[in-house]
Amino acid sequence: MIWLRALVAMLIGAPVLVGVGLTLAAAWGADWTKVLALPGLWGGLRLTLITGIGATVLSLALSVPLGLWIMGRPWAARWLAPMLAVPHAALAIGLAFLIAPSGWFGRALAQVLGWAVPPAWPLPGDPYGAALVLGLVLKELPFLLLMTLASASQVDVTGQMAVGRSLGYAPGRVWARVIWPQLYPGLRLPVFIVLAYGLSVVDMALILGPSHPPTLAVQILRLYTAPEMRQAEASVLAIGLVAMTAALAGIWWLAERACTAFGLMALRRGRRGIARRWPGSVVMAAQGGLFVAAMAVLALWSVTGIWRFPDLWPEGLSLALWARGDWIAVALRSLWLGLASVSLALTLAVAVLEGEHRAGRPLRLGAIIVAPLLLPQIGFLQGLTTGFLWLGLPAGPLAVIWAEVLFVFPYVLLSLGGPWRALDPDQLRAAASLGAGPWRQLWRVRLPLLARPIAAAAAVGFAVSVAQYLAVLLPGAGRVATLTTEAVALASGADRRVAAVYGLAQAVLPLLAFALALALPAYGRGGSGGRAP
Amino acid sequence: MTLELHDLCLTAPGAAAPLFAPLSLRIAPGEIACLTGPSGVGKSSLIAGIAGQLPRGFVLSGQVRLNGRDLLALPPERRGVGVIFQQALLFPHLSVGDNLAFGLSPEFRGRTARRAAVSEALERAGLPGYGARDPATLSGGQRARVALMRALLAQPGALLLDEPFAALDPALRAGMRDFVAEHLRAAAIPALLVSHDAQDAAVARQSLAIAPLGAGG
Repeated sequence: MIWLRALVAMLIGAPVLVGVGLTLAAAWGADWTKVLALPGLWGGLRLTLITGIGATVLSLALSVPLGLWIMGRPWAARWLAPMLAVPHAALAIGLAFLIAPSGWFGRALAQVLGWAVPPAWPLPGDPYGAALVLGLVLKELPFLLLMTLASASQVDVTGQMAVGRSLGYAPGRVWARVIWPQLYPGLRLPVFIVLAYGLSVVDMALILGPSHPPTLAVQILRLYTAPEMRQAEASVLAIGLVAMTAALAGIWWLAERACTAFGLMALRRGRRGIARRWPGSVVMAAQGGLFVAAMAVLALWSVTGIWRFPDLWPEGLSLALWARGDWIAVALRSLWLGLASVSLALTLAVAVLEGEHRAGRPLRLGAIIVAPLLLPQIGFLQGLTTGFLWLGLPAGPLAVIWAEVLFVFPYVLLSLGGPWRALDPDQLRAAASLGAGPWRQLWRVRLPLLARPIAAAAAVGFAVSVAQYLAVLLPGAGRVATLTTEAVALASGADRRVAAVYGLAQAVLPLLAFALALALPAYGRGGSGGRAP
Repeated sequence: MTLELHDLCLTAPGAAAPLFAPLSLRIAPGEIACLTGPSGVGKSSLIAGIAGQLPRGFVLSGQVRLNGRDLLALPPERRGVGVIFQQALLFPHLSVGDNLAFGLSPEFRGRTARRAAVSEALERAGLPGYGARDPATLSGGQRARVALMRALLAQPGALLLDEPFAALDPALRAGMRDFVAEHLRAAAIPALLVSHDAQDAAVARQSLAIAPLGAGG
């Protein structure tokens, strides 16, 4: 299986390494005094730390009580996947339409307080980054909850809860003191992904974050795309962001030890706690409510004709902007870029999992697979674009597809890996005893049996692809327009309605993929019974 | 401390008739009562019902009083009823000592006092110096003893035992029965033991066989 490892290393590992390496090389000749004197550098650094760490800590802290709440409510857990499918940018635009002075909240307050003009509050884009933190938490919380549920399937939660309560502990106490700490090892990688994402997010920061100064990642993008050549300065900051992310991961790891020690001390004290009913429901209602309201206001703006300020509802609804149809070509480009990167990622994932199965042991690819998710995207994507040029791959759709595969592949592999390894080996043995060779076993037994998980993994990958911003902007040299790049560009424009059209289309595309993944295999199963071999 | 059951009836989800005839029982402090019956008659569910941890859909009617206080309206953690489950269910990520410390009642205050209480419990369980051990390294009998000590350290007003010996080697059962009987007498609390093994009734002052109601059971 050496060739398989080499393939993954070449397709996924090498680009990341080359990207970081070339960014580092570009940073080498930079004039440090010029970099340190960049206006807004220190403000941006502070903002990056506050929003990145704040969003991660807040999401994780909220996921603890919510994890217990959602464990007993499978109907609520079903809403996590669609929330996961909505891209960051679409949520950010919808949230901006909620909290802006002339947004739904402002209008509601104006109705109550009799305001005639929008209030002067600095949202979105408040200097502290509160709006950005809110947006990140709304999006990362469902992800951490889904990971909590996955981790909880490995632990006898019901039995341990019964023991804890029979010892006199309130349910929340049992969960926080003994059950959740057992789930945390399964949450560590997701938390590091959330941390790296929060420190380097660009699309959400452009829409919800302040602009004077913006976060470090946005400053780096501005330098990279500046008309005058400022690659060297940008590269210094990009490498700085990578180093900062690594340092913070180290600090997080130390903080983990400290929390474990404190948790054990608290556990030994034996305080039983009191049962509280509100926290889970209230936080979940706030999260779900804001999410749904953001999507609703996005949909509403996309069909709005005129919407005067204090009114809660537009004067007239019109499909004129949708009918204009300029979004269709862009949506089709998002669609085929997604189909291409998902096909590649899925093929690679099946190859890796089948290779692992035939070798009878894991391929030990760990670090290579998750490296693209654990590094700030802006830390290596511009370097990667340079690397693609050296390879003779010009900036354009092909470069974009390769860059997208870096982020799609890990999610496809992670979501397909569980069901793949859990498949009953007896069914394969039965096929083998009927004389089916390894390829026939793969095509005729394993892949059909796994149709549903494969469709689900493809939908997850497609959602990741559609949501990509930097992986389109940089390797595409700004010439490949997708729903995401257009929506982000339009979000700061004057016409909310146009931004809403692109934002909603960006959210609907991955949701359709999820709906399709749920529907397709159901048809397939009905017809397979009577088919001749 | 007296545990009284009055006309307890348990109905399975979707069933019209209760699982067994109404059950009444009075258990004095330090006394063990044993309920025996075939598997499927609802013994484990009865324990879960008294502890407040019935799976959704089961209905428990009648009264359960601990020292005159009605239990059925209270959440499980406020009933003051300890439970020993069929499996020891020690927390696998905690040491043996921390499992006991988690159980130890908050009325023991101060780090030294709590530590002393835990090591004393280990000694009484015949496991001195086992505090730092990983529960996975213990034998089945040792785990069962730790589980009993953990439940007793919480100072419950009554203890329920759900087939506590079923998972043990037959050779260990007699020793474990004596161990349980001795510690329950020392704790002077009422205990209710359910078992499908008639031999377990030997430890009990009173024992009652429950039979399924109707032909369908």
